[in-house]
Amino acid sequence: MGAPVATPPSASPPGRNPAPSGKAAVEGSATWRLSDRIGLAICWALGLLFCAIAIAIVVYLLIQGIKYLRPSMLVTPASAGFAQSETGGFSDALVGTLIVAVMGISMALPIGIAIAVWLVEYGRPAGLARITESTIEAIAGIPSIVLALFGTVIFSSTALGFLSRASGGVVFGRSFFAASAMLSLVALPLVVASTREGLQSIPRHVREASYAVGKTKAATTRRILIPASRPQIATGAMLGLGRIIGDTAIIVVLLGATQNFAPVEGASFPFDYLRGAGTTLTNFVYEASPTGNLNQPQKAYAAAFVLLLMVLALNAAVDAVHRRARKVGAWSS
Amino acid sequence: MEDSYPQEYGPRWSDRRVEQMLGALVCAVVALLLAMIVIVFIKGWPSFAHNGLAWFGPGGNVDDQLNAIFLSGQAGAEYIYTFHAWPLIWSTLLITGGATAIALFSALFVTVFIVEFAPEWMSNVLQPVVRFLASVPSVIYGLLGVLVLVPFIGNHLVSESQKASVAGVISLSGYSVLAAVVVLTVMIAPLMVSIFSDGLRSVRPGWLEGSLALGVNRWRTTWKIAVRTARPAIVAGTVLATARAIGEAVMLAMISGSVGFAPNPADGAIFVFEPSRPLAPTIVKNIDQLSSPPANATLFAIATVLLFSAAALSLTGWATRRAMRKYGATA
Repeated sequence: MGAPVATPPSASPPGRNPAPSGKAAVEGSATWRLSDRIGLAICWALGLLFCAIAIAIVVYLLIQGIKYLRPSMLVTPASAGFAQSETGGFSDALVGTLIVAVMGISMALPIGIAIAVWLVEYGRPAGLARITESTIEAIAGIPSIVLALFGTVIFSSTALGFLSRASGGVVFGRSFFAASAMLSLVALPLVVASTREGLQSIPRHVREASYAVGKTKAATTRRILIPASRPQIATGAMLGLGRIIGDTAIIVVLLGATQNFAPVEGASFPFDYLRGAGTTLTNFVYEASPTGNLNQPQKAYAAAFVLLLMVLALNAAVDAVHRRARKVGAWSS
Repeated sequence: MEDSYPQEYGPRWSDRRVEQMLGALVCAVVALLLAMIVIVFIKGWPSFAHNGLAWFGPGGNVDDQLNAIFLSGQAGAEYIYTFHAWPLIWSTLLITGGATAIALFSALFVTVFIVEFAPEWMSNVLQPVVRFLASVPSVIYGLLGVLVLVPFIGNHLVSESQKASVAGVISLSGYSVLAAVVVLTVMIAPLMVSIFSDGLRSVRPGWLEGSLALGVNRWRTTWKIAVRTARPAIVAGTVLATARAIGEAVMLAMISGSVGFAPNPADGAIFVFEPSRPLAPTIVKNIDQLSSPPANATLFAIATVLLFSAAALSLTGWATRRAMRKYGATA
């Protein structure tokens, strides 16, 4: 990466430097020593192994998904029953995943962009900037189960009782609000890192041109810099979404151990559900696996397949954004 | 002074105001992290205070201890805090260490392959593959582990005589250190690859060309120049992946066996087939005990240990990268 000033004129779009070695004159491995050639063979073997694992995961889940997924599962909520045919589907989990994704990212995105803007455009005093950088890095390294436990402390406090179910002075502390807030912390480092990368890739002269026509720094940021780094922001948001959708520990701890929505009585429409406990696909897969409480492997496969499709869609979206950004091209400096 | 700003959005969006607002937000996030560290530590303190350093030591059956702790919080009897976490810590070390070592080895080779040696089509295939593997939710890895890998290990890799030899102590059903290490490796290796390859790509071409011009072959050039220069990125990737491995709770809760048992390598190779349970899954498994004050303190004590190991890891990584900065490498 490095400073944007130092990028040579022929630089490709940010983060996509071409392979450094001269590919033009590729030397074959025939002249290498045996040990080097064994190393190259290990490279090939591991590379193919990675591909094989990925293909195995996709194909296996595809087969199981086609075998066990019924469209009715997507629209029926889970219910109690003895056989797997009686226990309904996982519509609540599906909707729960969407709610958590939307709420989580809509908290992480503004905060993440703001932090990135402050780091790149302001960053004074330098000490605070360094502390902030380490903080973001630290948040990326914190296990999500610890975030979840911390969430139980915050959201069980009486002051935040309006965000979850409260009865008789005891705050339950498990709700979509609680889970989404903690999940936004999981997505935050990804949003910050990728927005920062976008802002840093904008050359200095673009800002100077904007100042020269009398725009303030704030206006420049809002009108020029953030729109220009939209591809990177979108990438960060989608990476963050992927983490939010895929996180299980926070959901298991902070969304209450239910398989259905448990709206809070007496609250008005969206808030009764958002304040109540619920479930998501990851939680459903966890509970429906043989080690969970439900033990319905077929449903678990079906839900995992849906989850995997979401992840694949997000990956494809990231790729599309990258490709478009590359086509539009980098700043000429 | 305020009036001399060209104000497009009025005084609400003046530069100074914006800077102050953003600064306040940044301070709030920093404060949140500090508050988290402090609160988690305070919540877990009773457990540490009652056990002292014996908290980290061996002694007794962890699962029985956890159960006694939980029950003591219910009846209004005197709280019991006695907890010796060594089997859980050992399991964490064993599984995380094993997975990190294997992942580091394979991630290095795969990265070198992607960046330098793979033909174009191959690296075009591998990059999305790595990104995909890194983005598969851990619960899916757990599900595949529990429904595919665990039965395979239980039915085909563990022999009946091995099962019989430890039947009095523990049952070998496939939930094992081996399953945990394999799945965890698949989870964290792609993370390493994505960070390593950023580092490897940012090595200055001139350095490599210099080496090639001296007649060093591409393989050696890559390992001696490129990989060495990219060491800060390798440290950063390893630290992040290890932190993820230590904190992985749900997947390991599903496949590690969930028994507070410390597999002993001195027993021979059979230890890889023995079940255990690392620290993070212990929290997940006992999460419904949060309402019992002593159990609550114990779980927060475990969280404190996780938090501090993660912090220690990033600190080590930071210090290592700082020491390496003199080689002119960037991460």
